[in-house]
Amino acid sequence: MFNPESIIRKGRPKGYLRETLVRSFLRGITYLIVIIALMIFGKILIDGAPAIFTSKFPFVDIEFLTAKNETLHVFDDAQGTRHQLPASKYSDYVNAHAGATLYNEQTFSYSGGGIAGPIVGTALLTIGSMILALFFGVSAAIYLAEYAKQSPFIHAVRLAILNLAGIPSIVFGLFGFSVFVLAVPIITNTPSDRSMLTIPLMVGNYVLSFQGWNSSLIAGCATLACMILPVIITASEESLRAVPQGFRDASLAMGGTRWQTIRKCVLPYSLPGILTSSLLAIARVAGETAPIMFTAAVAAKDDLPWQGLSNPFGVLSSQVQALPYHIYTLAARIPNSEYTERAQYGSVFVFLVLVASLSFGSMILRAKLRKKLKW
Amino acid sequence: MSEHQEIFPSHENLPDVMVGIRDLCFNYGSSQALKHINLELKQNKVTAFIGPSGCGKSTLLRCINRMNDEIPGTRVTQGSIRVEGVDIYDRSVDVVKLRRDVGMVFQKSNPFPRSIYENVAFGLRMRGEKNKVVLDQVVEESLKDSALWDEVKDRLQESALGLSGGQQQRLCIARTIAVKPLVVLMDEPCSALDPIATAKVEELIYNLKKDYTFVVVTHNMQQASRVSDETAFFFMGELIEFSETRRIFSNPKLKKTEDYISGRFG
Ligand SMILES: Nc1ncnc2c1ncn2[C@@H]1O[C@H](COP(=O)(O)OP(=O)(O)OP(=O)(O)O)[C@@H](O)[C@H]1O
Ligand SMILES: [Mg+2]
Repeated sequence: MFNPESIIRKGRPKGYLRETLVRSFLRGITYLIVIIALMIFGKILIDGAPAIFTSKFPFVDIEFLTAKNETLHVFDDAQGTRHQLPASKYSDYVNAHAGATLYNEQTFSYSGGGIAGPIVGTALLTIGSMILALFFGVSAAIYLAEYAKQSPFIHAVRLAILNLAGIPSIVFGLFGFSVFVLAVPIITNTPSDRSMLTIPLMVGNYVLSFQGWNSSLIAGCATLACMILPVIITASEESLRAVPQGFRDASLAMGGTRWQTIRKCVLPYSLPGILTSSLLAIARVAGETAPIMFTAAVAAKDDLPWQGLSNPFGVLSSQVQALPYHIYTLAARIPNSEYTERAQYGSVFVFLVLVASLSFGSMILRAKLRKKLKW
Repeated sequence: MSEHQEIFPSHENLPDVMVGIRDLCFNYGSSQALKHINLELKQNKVTAFIGPSGCGKSTLLRCINRMNDEIPGTRVTQGSIRVEGVDIYDRSVDVVKLRRDVGMVFQKSNPFPRSIYENVAFGLRMRGEKNKVVLDQVVEESLKDSALWDEVKDRLQESALGLSGGQQQRLCIARTIAVKPLVVLMDEPCSALDPIATAKVEELIYNLKKDYTFVVVTHNMQQASRVSDETAFFFMGELIEFSETRRIFSNPKLKKTEDYISGRFG
């Protein structure tokens, strides 16, 4: 008998098996990636959380976040109790127990105290480089989006900027080292021996000396800024172009100058976009090791960057510790043991939380601004 | 008016001609969009530009306040436009000052995402006017002139984006006349509005005619006949016919004009 159901609805469509296979394969790969990501986070969370969180109020190990980084001394006293003390407390202990014999004494560099230095250093590097990158990046983006005529040359410029984004960060590190650390000009009356060129300035015995900024906060900031410039420029240009042409037309037609138009009718409406994309750049700046390795970072530093300075600008020329570099130091330069794990996993944990909250913050901000800025 | 006199010194042209267009040719890159246009816009009159899509109405309009300068590759290849007798394409003319005298209302209403007050005060603020009393007064005047005051007087500090389409367009007109231009160019100002909002805009044009010189581009023949004193009919970048609106609509000289007006093509 003729049964339309059997023709139309029954049975599997052709290629059903292949469809199912492809879908399961793709789904499997996606889940695999998620699992790997979860494992990374889980490992750091499980190992790092104990270093940061405590069972007592305020539940966070404040000391780890605010104390200076020191060498860790591990030893047994005469009663057989094991002590773990950072260098400063160790000397107190030794003074207090003069003459006591310490047994099984071991020291672990960088593993005692806290990570205030690296946190502060990373904060300074991030703020400094963002200020530089935003200033130069937004300026360039305004030029490219609002002033430049579309010409082959401008296309080439844009292409060059895009390509800059693909350069490995270590190359920026070397570039920063050879330019900012060794070569940029400064005004001084005591040029260094390695100055590449000195030009007398006719004022006192001041000279313009091409000797670089040494390894310093400002050199690190400049290097990091170079690294994220392409991101900032591209994102800013996009945000500027997203502002409706009607705003510009209206302002120009009312007799606004080009700069007035940009300042009042374009920049305010693209700023949210620029800032949210910049937050992602912040995460990158905070996380890079290679660019600061030769230009700004030190493994150990007793003082915080602004301590022991005669003028506040001195902070720009002082070296700093930085979280990613600190993690590198902890991982590569000291032997692993149960006593170093607190510092190692703790630092990674703090670092991860920092970067993750920056990325997360930028996502939330973006979503919020998207909703608010509709025209 | 004193400011205008500084920029545009007195001239030899007929006193009632505000804008004189002589033999104007205009190119987008290598394609010619306007061919030898000759046209005079008379002071305190409304001139309508009509013609099929792509015939160059907007292009000509944008030539009069040099908004075409913003489009790369465009150029006036021949002829001149004089506003109050001054050749606006002369090298010595500052386009910023020109646009203060020749304002423009766009087809798509484009209020800034700011308060209603700030939208109207925008042009004056750009000129450095900081006096609150002056600003308040101009804002009120302009909104009254554009027949919007009664609808928005209690919500001046609210966002302009909360207004209806018709209100937004009138706000754009208020914003344009707040800076007291000589000429107001309108590119299809009512194309996105309903009949009631359209009637309001037409009425305000009629009422403001005594203070300004208007150019209105429109695809709506009734609107052209209602609102304008003179009408220019364009076709393929050429000015086909230009005369009093009454004459053009009742007794066009050319067959092409008649066909277009009666809706037989275009
Ligand atoms: N930015 C541009 N670049 C190149 N060509 C253009 C540009 N704008 C307009 N044109 C061309 O110039 C001619 C005139 O265009 P214009 O916009 O002035 O027509 P219009 O009469 O205003 O048409 P509509 O009634 O559809 O608005 C058209 O052929 C158009 O394709
Ligand atoms: Mg048009």
